[in-house]
Amino acid sequence: MGYKAKFRVWRGEGGDGKLEDFTVEVNEGEVVLDVIHRLQATQAPDLAVRWNCKAGKCGSCSMEINGKPRLGCMTRMSTFEESETITVTPMRTFPVIKDLVCDVSFNYQKAREIPSFTPPADVRPGEYRMQQIDVERSQEFRKCIECFMCNNVCHVIRDHEENKTNFAGPRFLMRIAELDMHPYDVADRKDAAQEEHGLGYCNITKCCTEVCPEHIKITDNALIPMKERVVDRKYDPLVWLGNKIFRR
Amino acid sequence: MTQTTAESPARKQRAQLKVRTLRTDRWWLAPALTFAGLSAFLIYGFWAIFDASYFVEPYIAPFSSPCLATSCPEGARFLGLAPFGDWYGLPPGLLILGLPAGFRVTCYYYRKSYYRSFWLSPPACAVAEPHKKYTGETRLPLIIQNVHRYFFYGAIVIGAVLTYDAILALVHKPAGLGTWILLVNAALIVAYTLSCHSCRHITAGRLNHFSKHPLRYRAWTFISKLNAKHQPLAWASMFSVMIADFYVRLVAKGVITFPFA
Amino acid sequence: MERHEYDVVVIGAGGAGLRAAIEARQQGKRTAIVCKSLFGKAHTVMAEGGAAAAMGNVNPDDNWMVHFRDTMRGGKFLNNWRMAELHAKEAPDRVWELEAWGALFDRTRDGKISQRNFGGHEYPRLAHVGDRTGLELIRTLQQRVVALQQEDYELHGDYEAYIKVFAECTVTRLLKDGDAISGAFGYWRETGKFILFDTPTVVLATGGIGKSYVVTSNSWEYTGDGHALALLAGANLINMEFIQFHPTGMVWPPSVRGILVTESVRGDGGVLRNSLGERFMFNYVPDVFKDKYATTEEEGDRWYTDQANNRRPPELLPRDEVARAINAEVKAGRGSPQGGVFLDVSSRLPATEIIKRLPSMHHQFKELADVDITKEPMQVGPTCHYIMGGVEVDADTGAASVPGLFAAGEVSGGMHGSNRLGGNSLSDLLVFGRRAGAGAAAYVDGLARRPVVSGVEEAMAEALAPLERASGENPYEVHHELQRTMNELVGIIRKSGEISEALDVVEKLKERAKNTASTGGKIYNPGWHLAIDLRNMLLVSECVAKAALLREESRGGHTRDDYPVMSADWRRKLLVCSAPADGSEVTVVEQEQPGMRADLLTLFDRGELAKYLTGEELAEYDAALAAQKRES
Repeated sequence: MGYKAKFRVWRGEGGDGKLEDFTVEVNEGEVVLDVIHRLQATQAPDLAVRWNCKAGKCGSCSMEINGKPRLGCMTRMSTFEESETITVTPMRTFPVIKDLVCDVSFNYQKAREIPSFTPPADVRPGEYRMQQIDVERSQEFRKCIECFMCNNVCHVIRDHEENKTNFAGPRFLMRIAELDMHPYDVADRKDAAQEEHGLGYCNITKCCTEVCPEHIKITDNALIPMKERVVDRKYDPLVWLGNKIFRR
Repeated sequence: MTQTTAESPARKQRAQLKVRTLRTDRWWLAPALTFAGLSAFLIYGFWAIFDASYFVEPYIAPFSSPCLATSCPEGARFLGLAPFGDWYGLPPGLLILGLPAGFRVTCYYYRKSYYRSFWLSPPACAVAEPHKKYTGETRLPLIIQNVHRYFFYGAIVIGAVLTYDAILALVHKPAGLGTWILLVNAALIVAYTLSCHSCRHITAGRLNHFSKHPLRYRAWTFISKLNAKHQPLAWASMFSVMIADFYVRLVAKGVITFPFA
Repeated sequence: MERHEYDVVVIGAGGAGLRAAIEARQQGKRTAIVCKSLFGKAHTVMAEGGAAAAMGNVNPDDNWMVHFRDTMRGGKFLNNWRMAELHAKEAPDRVWELEAWGALFDRTRDGKISQRNFGGHEYPRLAHVGDRTGLELIRTLQQRVVALQQEDYELHGDYEAYIKVFAECTVTRLLKDGDAISGAFGYWRETGKFILFDTPTVVLATGGIGKSYVVTSNSWEYTGDGHALALLAGANLINMEFIQFHPTGMVWPPSVRGILVTESVRGDGGVLRNSLGERFMFNYVPDVFKDKYATTEEEGDRWYTDQANNRRPPELLPRDEVARAINAEVKAGRGSPQGGVFLDVSSRLPATEIIKRLPSMHHQFKELADVDITKEPMQVGPTCHYIMGGVEVDADTGAASVPGLFAAGEVSGGMHGSNRLGGNSLSDLLVFGRRAGAGAAAYVDGLARRPVVSGVEEAMAEALAPLERASGENPYEVHHELQRTMNELVGIIRKSGEISEALDVVEKLKERAKNTASTGGKIYNPGWHLAIDLRNMLLVSECVAKAALLREESRGGHTRDDYPVMSADWRRKLLVCSAPADGSEVTVVEQEQPGMRADLLTLFDRGELAKYLTGEELAEYDAALAAQKRES
């Protein structure tokens, strides 16, 4: 069942590098990551690639396959023509360390800038009582495996490096939404979402949702609801007027 | 950083790929189709607003309803009203155009579609956009998109008027093809309007404790199901309103003349 | 070379490692977390079922004593009873604490944490989030670390003042000052540069050893690093012969061979068939279970709807029994085309019901194998899943025999005895992660002086060796041969001859591994990394094989074809592995297992204990019971 596939893989340290051509054996049922591993074992032992679980659960093997952000372990070779040349490159938005491995520290830095879960001071562990319907929305966002492909594909930073300081990316705007919808979170996150984490940069073009391997509806269920919550706070003239009058 | 990784000896920069995208599929097809579809709607709308044959008993073309100018024929006037004086001489459709147009322009789905197809920001996922700078919806004019919910309130009114028109047609001409076209159109317009993200937020999306508001939660669940179909509803209702509008005008112009028209 | 000073260095950032680090930091210790992958990618994310904790939310009759009994039973009474006791008592607090850190478990109707049934647990006990509980656990702990860093930032202006994550960093040697731990040496995967931790305590939380086997549910990280580091530092490993093979792993496609197919498939009606279409499990019901399992397909099928009047189908025998049966069918030539057996749910339930009850399995097979489980059977086979054995530790503090060395989670041994119950792993991580962190903090407080680092040059030379050889063995080939050997010769069913053969191969591979050469530079070079990891995999494989050869009985995760029965005498014995600092040879000795405390022993029925204990031990039980009666 095997055949020889043509692969073009990005090789290089730092950002400098080039696409290198390989011809490599492919067997039935394999995924792109298997082929990368075969390259490692037979032709390029120092070819760098991140991976862990091989089952789409850890989000390590994010790469771009024929230009599309994908998990290497979840991209079956049978989705390509045998004659097709498959191009594999590292994620574009982050600096390259080597070959397919990127420096994703941007994401960890953003994670740290978002205030953590803030429960009320008087609820002790074991006393939490939450209804299933109240936790379901946030649970969807907690399915996130942090492959960072949404942050990679988002044009706000993919095409505009300078926006990185002001924009947390879909992954972490979704984290804000997760906490804002948490039945026990008491922190106020709406102003910060807009002013510090760049929710306003999002123009809801939905590429984050398109690439999400967990099929989380990032845009419809997290970003837009969060935008609406921000509108409640900042842009709704009636609410604004109401607050003015109420305060007086 | 939450985690520390080693200082890399190489320069920290992105992969120096010179091409705009490495996608090999027809990524340009979707934005091209969207562009064509939206353009057709714009062109038609522009023509329809200035076209005078918007009324033929008992049909009123959706683009001109509610008809509120004194130039409206008696039967076309919404509830017989003509709140604007004789001074208003422009086409009546212009008076109310702002509500449905504003609703669609600020709609979360349409924003996606025209940002992608008209502004190419981005044209498709993982395809570089041509603009040097990008500030999104953080400042004027695009920050105005945030008023979407007010257009939603307006669109609810328009939806109600179109439903009223369709029912009126049903009463007067139950066997008319036009009646049924108007009914289908009204249904699609209402469904599209209710499936709006702002509507979903207003029903219960803004709450953190669904369990304390069971009725609102049920409404939210219903709207959420509709909301998942917001994009197909946006297209379906856009075409249906165009078809219904064009049909009424053709009947009014006497182009379509069969008995059950 | 980079040098960092810490009070506590935790190796591994899975559930146990993060919980240990959080505890150490909360006790005011400067803590480092060192992990081979990115932060938040640890193997804990793969856990599906849930965390076992006797909270009694679903059935109020549940309590720590029931949980303790279930755990001991599951481990065939070989467990370290003190660990099982602490685990059962503390698991609920550890789960509740997660909730206060932001975890969102599935809920009961009254808003408490929902709990589900699982094999071997008497009551519904597993706190869960759908089938991604491990991910929830790791994310919650990760976010707790971040929260602590934010606190430190408020106070000190530096996120990393008290807790810092060193990601994609591998530790290759523990350093000592005399007998005691004084540091850890490793390299950055990204740059290949070396890094030295100057620390009086190291907490090992490196997980398991699955990568010594071809078919495994474990990720590449599971190369037995912690086991080997402990061994080389002079600590003991116990129970290394006990490895849990999950009966149903995917066998095809090759890329996912070994990935788990959850037990619930069988619980919901799935049946196992061989290539002849027979439900072969009926031929494999052991005598001790004869009266508890159905003898005809009709009766087995009735059980799903009427559990009171029918016996359960033999597909639901304990994991080890099912794994052995599948193994035997395949060996007899009645396997499926891809070398497993058929697990069929498509002919048993309507498609909609399958999708409703087994969403992730449906998705997993659809996306990875292009198999629609509502239309066709799955192919499954046993897969190496978990090692019960590990570093011998003090139950209360997680301390190993080497001063300053601690271990928690899969890398520690004793808690699960000869077989782990599903769901006890996640709670184990939390309970003993916290205890090891606290143990390390207390150890630091009791130190008179900081130990001094030594042995750095040797460690560096050892790590550099594969890069410096111009030509030599391909590390990938050595690794493959080790995996094949362990899989075939020290797998589910073991025979003395085969184990000896495996030991010969391992011996040869050790020589070859000393000769591996890695081309390329030091920057993110997977060939080099594998060459370094080989030492660890070979060491633990040697432990597993040697211990497996010595234990002449079958118990839990250790099945000897030539000694098929469980022996009460062997229950009292633990096999303890140790090795010299150069790792040249593993020695295994027998050690007596201390008897259970009287108040714990008397929690069991005499009838049950009689199956496991020697006559002498039963006499102690009778005496303890009599004493208890006198007191009351």
